[in-house]
Amino acid sequence: MDPYALKTLNAERRARRAAILVTDLGDGRDRVVREGDKVAGDLGAAIAKAFRTGNSGSVEAEGRTFFLNAHLPQPRLVVIGAVHISQALAPMAKIAGYPVEIIDPRTAFATPDRFPDVALHAEWPEDVLKRQPLDSYTALAAVTHDPKVDDFALKAALDANCFYVGALGSRKTHAKRVERLLALGATADQIARIHAPIGLDIGAASPAEIAVAVLAQAIHAFRSRGLDAKGAVA
Amino acid sequence: MENSIYLDEARDPLIIAEGWMKDGKDVAIATVVETWGSAPRPVGSHLVIDADGNFHGSVSGGCVEGAVVTEAIDVIDSGKARMLEFGVADETAWQVGLSCGGRIKVYVERLG
Repeated sequence: MDPYALKTLNAERRARRAAILVTDLGDGRDRVVREGDKVAGDLGAAIAKAFRTGNSGSVEAEGRTFFLNAHLPQPRLVVIGAVHISQALAPMAKIAGYPVEIIDPRTAFATPDRFPDVALHAEWPEDVLKRQPLDSYTALAAVTHDPKVDDFALKAALDANCFYVGALGSRKTHAKRVERLLALGATADQIARIHAPIGLDIGAASPAEIAVAVLAQAIHAFRSRGLDAKGAVA
Repeated sequence: MENSIYLDEARDPLIIAEGWMKDGKDVAIATVVETWGSAPRPVGSHLVIDADGNFHGSVSGGCVEGAVVTEAIDVIDSGKARMLEFGVADETAWQVGLSCGGRIKVYVERLG
């Protein structure tokens, strides 16, 4: 392995950016491909697929055998609101492979008692997200119902291109939210990415059922990301 | 908890390999490039080895690491990459095979 390739790859991984190490198994030469880099032909198609699925493997292209080692950041879920739904969502998401962080400045809600074994921040989203910025491998679900807490985080999630952005509230609530986000400088295209009302339409009624609907929607968003935009092969 | 979302640098094989390189050590990197049947570690998993035989990471459940480390030290000396194959059907399986019954292919290369 080329020492420069290793350094580049590790720098991308530390920054939570996706990268693929492409090694020619014939002569051992390798290079790092970042998401969005243009690679032509069969190799390019295989690389696009590896970015989408996260699966590593060998591919035959141009009469050579390449090994693609896909390094995707661990997807994670940030939940704004230490509410009843979050209590069910946190353990479910963790089991599904999406580590969870919960942010809620209301200290009556954000107690370790209510949220054992979860990374919990009893702080304003502004403060937490400054330290730990959102990114495109992060999902954000805003479930406080309180614009003072939710709005900043939603705008930050849209700006960071989070793979999933969901907001709890009825269509009427969301219409008012859209006005506020426009006033904060979000574009109409950005706002159209928000899933609201939140969750897949499975008729969820209880907080735990809503958590299932939210988690399923976030997983769907992760597994189908880039499919429309990049025209990647299935 | 926060370690789970960022790299666990103390245990990450590729981060360790970079650190060894900075310390001036000779390093080999082994990568699982193919698996058949039940294999304990997925394609893409790494074992990194230095010239003294120190290693981090894994390419199996501990079944073949010893053999990979031995080969890796040769690879560090020669600079020539090798493709290793382990499995129950393999002759070497009697010594270091995979008890799970799977087969794996491991690419071993020198860093630099």
